[in-house]
Amino acid sequence: MNRFIAFVKKEFLHIFRDYRTMLILFIMPIAQILIFGFAITTEIKDASIAILDKSKDEVTRELTQKLLSSGYFNNDAYLTSESQIEPAFNDQRVKMVVVFEPEFGRNLQKEGTANVQLVCDASDPNQARMLSQFAEGIFASYASQGVVKGIQPEVRMFYNESLEGVYMSIPGIMAMILMLVSAMMTSISITREKEYGSMEVLLISPLKPLQIIMGKVTPYVMMALINAVSILALGYFVFGVPVKGSIILLLMECLLFTILALSLGILISTVAKNQMVAMFMSMFALMLPVILLSGFIFPVENMPLPLRIISNIIPPKWFIIIVKTIMLKGGGLLYVWKETLILIGFVVLFVTLSVKKFKIRLQ
Amino acid sequence: MDKKKVITVENLVKKFGHFTANNNLNFHVDQGEIFGFLGANGAGKTTAMRILCGLSSPTSGKVEVAGFDVSHQAEEVKKRIGYMSQKFSLFEDLSIWENMRFFATVYGLSSSEFKARGEDLLRKLNLYKERKRLVSTLSLGWKQKLAFSVAILHQPSIVFLDEPTGGVDPITRRQFWEMIYEAAENGITVFVTTHYMDEAEYCDRVTIMVDGRIDALDTPAELKKQYNAASMNDVFLALAR
Repeated sequence: MNRFIAFVKKEFLHIFRDYRTMLILFIMPIAQILIFGFAITTEIKDASIAILDKSKDEVTRELTQKLLSSGYFNNDAYLTSESQIEPAFNDQRVKMVVVFEPEFGRNLQKEGTANVQLVCDASDPNQARMLSQFAEGIFASYASQGVVKGIQPEVRMFYNESLEGVYMSIPGIMAMILMLVSAMMTSISITREKEYGSMEVLLISPLKPLQIIMGKVTPYVMMALINAVSILALGYFVFGVPVKGSIILLLMECLLFTILALSLGILISTVAKNQMVAMFMSMFALMLPVILLSGFIFPVENMPLPLRIISNIIPPKWFIIIVKTIMLKGGGLLYVWKETLILIGFVVLFVTLSVKKFKIRLQ
Repeated sequence: MDKKKVITVENLVKKFGHFTANNNLNFHVDQGEIFGFLGANGAGKTTAMRILCGLSSPTSGKVEVAGFDVSHQAEEVKKRIGYMSQKFSLFEDLSIWENMRFFATVYGLSSSEFKARGEDLLRKLNLYKERKRLVSTLSLGWKQKLAFSVAILHQPSIVFLDEPTGGVDPITRRQFWEMIYEAAENGITVFVTTHYMDEAEYCDRVTIMVDGRIDALDTPAELKKQYNAASMNDVFLALAR
């Protein structure tokens, strides 16, 4: 045990002595969350829309008013026929056209339902999706407060009622940071020992291989958890993102995901010859998929089928689902046990692979 | 000659697939002996040394180090040996004292033992005032001398030195060998590989490996007589060519 503690101490010294490591560990998470929170906002503000009102009654006028006063939309034009829709998109200003069916108000009163069509410029699919969702949300809130309970469009952003982009970024940033801190930093730190020849000295010493690996990993588990907590705190205090579910469960899931990332890092270090290779492998094998395929920036539902299938083997995808469920919906373990099991499965797989690789290397 | 044998190697064979790295090695090393392990690059020295240190196990044959079998009791062997290589000496971003404490703890010294021996050692090396300096600020010669001292701080029965003096100036090399002699006088067996033939002359006995076999094993004086050579350099050339 003394040996192990001495080893962990040594690892901490390595971390604290290297300002670049410190930078990645502590400054980057904060910078990332501020950048994603403030700059790369996925919110909609003053998007230009056009209205094609075939009914022109009191209800459609009120709905139009609601849309325009929401702050999300700006009216660009009133259209008079469907043939004007395409030209409106073509001059690049209008992002969405709202089409009320004829007799909208009467239908709503008499039959309890009425149709409104949201035509979006899907050359930017994410924006189109968001615009339509925002509009749906507004219709839904109108329907639920009015006497008539007719239109009740399905709203996906139900759990993010103020429709703020940063709500969606926090889980993704958590996944990214934990992946980066755990997988990249451990793989680099293990390959560094290989590169400098100190690994051999350590293996010849009475330290057991398991102690070496655990000693390498322990500081990064702590760092990752500190990061997880600080991301949550930043989200809460700076951006007002709440944690509706159990914070203990959330942290446990973070720990599980960290362990997953660490086992990936160990696996990378058994393959990589030097720090450079380890870094590139972490970058390309981990970071890019996390950013592109996990649903962090681009919604998985909008991807073509092959990418959707591939996204299933991207562990952060499941982690992001878990975090969203716990943080934004307040769901308990009952709601995320499947995803949790998938993460555990990944851990077992990666650990088995690394142990195998490690043994081969030792012989 | 009833000296205690600390390394016994009998019929050691190590194969990697079809390649035979060590072909039937037989030798023993006595306690307190300085044993030179020579050979051209790729002759199988490193493989043999890794086996002796318990890092890899032999394909066949019996290898005993410090009284324990390396294939079954590697853990026991590891506690009783010290190791130092040219490639890595000490952690550069740790201070002298931190490096010493780390290795001392890893080799099971208690903190009071370490404090006493560590301070002793630093005073002897004239480094006591510098103990908080990062190792990266030391010259290579100092690093190697310090690394050797750290490798024997836990008083192992054998210390393995893998080309310890590579790239070190002649004066420091001489000082380094004085330290080796001192360790040997204190009963520590020194197992050293080197490419410097003048260093081979300092050894009690020398073995020269060629293509995975041991082609010669004797005192430097005997070897020179056998091969009718003026220096160990000529002996080596006669064998390795």
